[in-house]
Amino acid sequence: MPAPTTLSYLVVAALLFANGAFGVMARRNPLIMFMCIELMLNAVNLSFVALARELTDIDGQSIVFFVLVVAAAEVVVGLGIIVSIMRNRSSLTADDLAELKG
Amino acid sequence: MQLVVFVVASAMMLVGAVGVVTRRNPVHAALSLVLTLFGVAVHFVSLEAYFLAAVQVIVYAGAIVVLFLFVIMLLGVDKAEDLRTEPLVAQRWLAGVAALGLLGLLVVAAARGADVLRTRSEGLDTALDGASGDANIQQLARSVFGDYVVAFELTSVLLVVAVVGTVMLARKRAAAEA
Amino acid sequence: MTDLVWLVPALPLVGALLLVVFGARIGEPRAGWLATLATASSFIFTVLMYFDLLGMPSEERSHVVRLFSWIPVGSLQIDFALLADPLSVTMALFVTGIGSLIHLYAIGYMHGDPKFSKFFLYLNLFVFSMLALVLGENLLVTFLGWEGVGACSYFLIAFWHTRESAAVAGKKAFVTNRIGDWGVMTAMFVAFSAVGSVSYKAINEAAHEGSISQTAISAIAILLFIGACGKSAQLPLYFWLPDAMEGPTPVSALIHAATMVTAGVFLMTRVGPVLAASYGWVTDTIAVVGAATALFAATIAVAQHDIKRVLAYSTVSQLGFMFLAIGSGAYVAAIFHMVTHAFFKALLFLGSGSVIHGMHHEQDMRRMGALRAAMPVTAFTFIIGWLAIAGVPPFAGFWSKDEILLYVYADNRLLYAVGMVTALLTAYYMTRQVILVFFGKARWHDASSEHGAHGDFTPHESPRVMLVPLVVLAALSVVGGFMQLPFSKDLHFLEHWLAPVVEESERSIKGTWAYDNKYVLLGVAVIVAVAGIALSIAVYAKRRLPAVEPKVLESAWFYDASVAKVVGGPGAAAFRGVATFDAGIVDGAVNGAGALARGLGGIVRRAQTGFVRAYAALIAFGAIALLAWFVWRGWLA
Repeated sequence: MPAPTTLSYLVVAALLFANGAFGVMARRNPLIMFMCIELMLNAVNLSFVALARELTDIDGQSIVFFVLVVAAAEVVVGLGIIVSIMRNRSSLTADDLAELKG
Repeated sequence: MQLVVFVVASAMMLVGAVGVVTRRNPVHAALSLVLTLFGVAVHFVSLEAYFLAAVQVIVYAGAIVVLFLFVIMLLGVDKAEDLRTEPLVAQRWLAGVAALGLLGLLVVAAARGADVLRTRSEGLDTALDGASGDANIQQLARSVFGDYVVAFELTSVLLVVAVVGTVMLARKRAAAEA
Repeated sequence: MTDLVWLVPALPLVGALLLVVFGARIGEPRAGWLATLATASSFIFTVLMYFDLLGMPSEERSHVVRLFSWIPVGSLQIDFALLADPLSVTMALFVTGIGSLIHLYAIGYMHGDPKFSKFFLYLNLFVFSMLALVLGENLLVTFLGWEGVGACSYFLIAFWHTRESAAVAGKKAFVTNRIGDWGVMTAMFVAFSAVGSVSYKAINEAAHEGSISQTAISAIAILLFIGACGKSAQLPLYFWLPDAMEGPTPVSALIHAATMVTAGVFLMTRVGPVLAASYGWVTDTIAVVGAATALFAATIAVAQHDIKRVLAYSTVSQLGFMFLAIGSGAYVAAIFHMVTHAFFKALLFLGSGSVIHGMHHEQDMRRMGALRAAMPVTAFTFIIGWLAIAGVPPFAGFWSKDEILLYVYADNRLLYAVGMVTALLTAYYMTRQVILVFFGKARWHDASSEHGAHGDFTPHESPRVMLVPLVVLAALSVVGGFMQLPFSKDLHFLEHWLAPVVEESERSIKGTWAYDNKYVLLGVAVIVAVAGIALSIAVYAKRRLPAVEPKVLESAWFYDASVAKVVGGPGAAAFRGVATFDAGIVDGAVNGAGALARGLGGIVRRAQTGFVRAYAALIAFGAIALLAWFVWRGWLA
C-alpha cells in the first residue's frame, strides 16, 4: 500500500484550514470563532512538520514550537478580552459588537 | 500500516473540525476541538516529530482547551446558539465560497509548487544523527537554543506580557477603581 | 562715506521708533525737537555724502550699498540695497532739508494739540519712507517707501480723525493711491518676467541695450506711469490731493508739496532709459497727460476760496508741468522744477499755515485781507514765494519753468501753447491769492457775526520757530534758480551733476529752433508772467474788470461728483458682479470639491458595517485573490 506523501499531508492540512476559515466567517459565538482560529493554526503546524520531515530540516519543527507558544499567549489574551466584554451579557454574539460601524 | 494511521488520524482531525464548526453547544464544540488536536498529535508522531506531539497534547489539548472550557463555564455561554438563522445576508454562502476557494488554491499551489516547496534551507539536518531515540529533542533543542535563541527569549517576554495584560484586562471593575 | 548711506533713512526711523515708545512721556515740545533732530542729522549725513560724491569723477558717482538679502527665492534674488548716486542724493537733500525745516515749523504750529508727539512720530516715519523710496536700488525697496509714504499720508491727512471730512479725505487719498500702486506692482511683475530682476541697473541696461522686447519695455513704462499718476496726482487720479488739505498745514507742505507727490516724477526719471526705449506714444501720452493736468488744475485754482485749496490745485498744476517735461525728454528740467517747486511751494504752504494760525484757524480768503501790517514777516516771505511761482526773474520758479518750456517747444508746439496758457493762469490766480489775503480791505470784522466765523479778533504774527523756516525757504526761492542758468553751458551745474543718471534718456535740443532762439522764448515767458500779474491786479485790486469765478470751476468741473456717480453706479454694480462670481464660482468650486469628497465618502462608508465576520470574509477574499494571482503566475511560468 502506498505510503502517504507530503502532498497528502498538505492536502489534509488545507482541508483543516478551510474548515477553520469557514467557521470563523459563519459562526457568531465569539468563543467558537476563536476555536476555529485554533483549527487554522493547527493546520499550519501540520504543514510545517510535514515539510520538515520531507526536507530533513529541523527548522520546520522549531517554527511549530514558536507557533505553539504564540498561540497559547494569544488564546490567553483573547479570552481575557472576551471575558471582559461578555462579563455582563451572556448572550452576546460577534454581530452585537458592531461599534466599528462607519 | 502508515497509510492506515494516516487515514485514521485524518478522519479524527476532520471529524473534529466539522464538529467545531457545526455544533451548537459550545461545550460540544470544545470537545470536538480536543478530537482534532489529538488527530494532529497522531500525525506529528507519524511524521517523527515526537517532542511536538507531546507538547501538542499537553499544551493545546491539556491547557488551551481547558482554558476555553473554563471561560465557557464562567460566562455561562453554554447555552446553544441558534444556527438556523443568519442575520448577515449571504454571509454563509460567501463563507462557503471563500473556504472552497482557499482550499482549491492551497491544493493547487502545493501540487504545482513542488520544486519551490522542496528546496531546503540551512537548518539542522535531521537525517544526520536521527538514529537514537532522543535525537528529535536534541536536534530541536540545538535549533531553538542555538540558531533561534533570540526568538526564544522574546517569546518568554511575550508570555509575561500576555499574562500581565490579561490579568489587567479581566479584573472586575470595582477592583480596578480601588 | 557713501557706505554710510543707510544712516540717512535709519535716523528718522530711529526717531520714529523712539517716539513710539517714549513719545507720550516726553511730550510737547521735546518730542518735536527729537523728531527735528533726527531729520536734521539725516540731512547732515546727506550733505556729507553729497560732498563725497562731488569729490569723485563723474562716471564713478554711483554706489550700491547692499544691506541684506531680502527675498532670495530661486531665480528671484532681491536685496535690500541703497543706491547713492546724483539723483538719489539730490532727492535726499531736499527731502531731509525741507523736512527738517517743516519739523521745526510744526513745533510751533501743532502747539497745544493733544496728539502732539504722535504727529511727529508720523512725520519721522514719513521721512524714513520717502528716503527708502528715493535711495532704493531696486523697484521693491522703492515700492516699500512708496507704500510707506502712502500709509503715512493717510495717517497724517486723517490726523484730526474726529472730524468726518478729515477721515474721509484720508481714506480717499489711500484708495486712490492704491489704484496707482497696482500699476507699480504689475510693472515689477513684468520687469521680473522680462528682465529677471527688479533692480534699476538691470532694467535700465536691458532697456538701453534692447535685449527685451519693446512691448515689455513700454508695458513697464506705462504701468509705472499709472503709479506715478496716482502718487503725483495727475489726471485721472488727482482728486485726492485737494481733499488732502484737511490735514494740518505742515503735512500739506511736506507731503503734498515737496516730497510725496514728487515721487512719481522721481520714479519716471529713475527709469528714464526705459521711457526712452519704449514706443513713441508712451512719452507722448505722459506729456499730454501732464499738460492737460496742468491746464485743468490751473483753471480750477482761479475760483477757489480756501487758501490751501488754491495751493493744492497749484501743486497739481505744477506737477503737470514736471510730467510734461518728462514726456518731452527734459529730465534735468523736470528735476530742476521739482527742486525749485519744493522750495517755493513749501514756503507758500507754510506761509498759509502761518496766516491760518494767526487768523485763529480761519481759512476762507474772503474773510481775510490787509494782513500785511499784522503779519509782516509772513507777508514778505509769502510774496517772495508768489513771485517765484509766477515765474518772475530772477526768482527760482522762472528759470525752471522756462527750461521746461524750452524743451516742450522743441517737442510739440501745441503743448507749448498749453504750457504758456497755464503759466498765465498760474500768475493770475497766485496774484489773486496774495491780493485777497494780504492787501485790500480787512474783511474779517464784517464776517465776525456770520455762521462759522471765528468772532472778532486781531490777527497776530506767528512765533519765531515758525518764521525761521519761512525765511530760509524764501532765501532758497530767491537763489535756487542759479543751479541751472541758461546763459552758458558752464552754468548748467544741475545738468552736469545729474549727467551720469540721465545721459541715456535726456533729449538733446541742440540745433533746434528753440535752442537757438532761447532768449526769445525767455522774453515771452517774462511777458506772460507779467501779463498774468497785471490782469489779476486789474481784477482784484483795481476792480477795473469783473472777477470771473464760475461755479463750474469752483466745483472742479464737477469731477468729484462724476467719479462718485460712476463708481457708485455702474462701478458698484460691476464690483457686486465680481463678488458674486467669487462667492459662487470660485468658492463654489472649492466647496464643491469638498462636497464631492463627502458624497463619495458617504457611499463608500456603507462597506463599514461593523460586523467582524463580514470583515473576515473580505479578508479571506483578499487572500484568495492574492493566492490566485501567484498560482496563475506559477501556471504560466
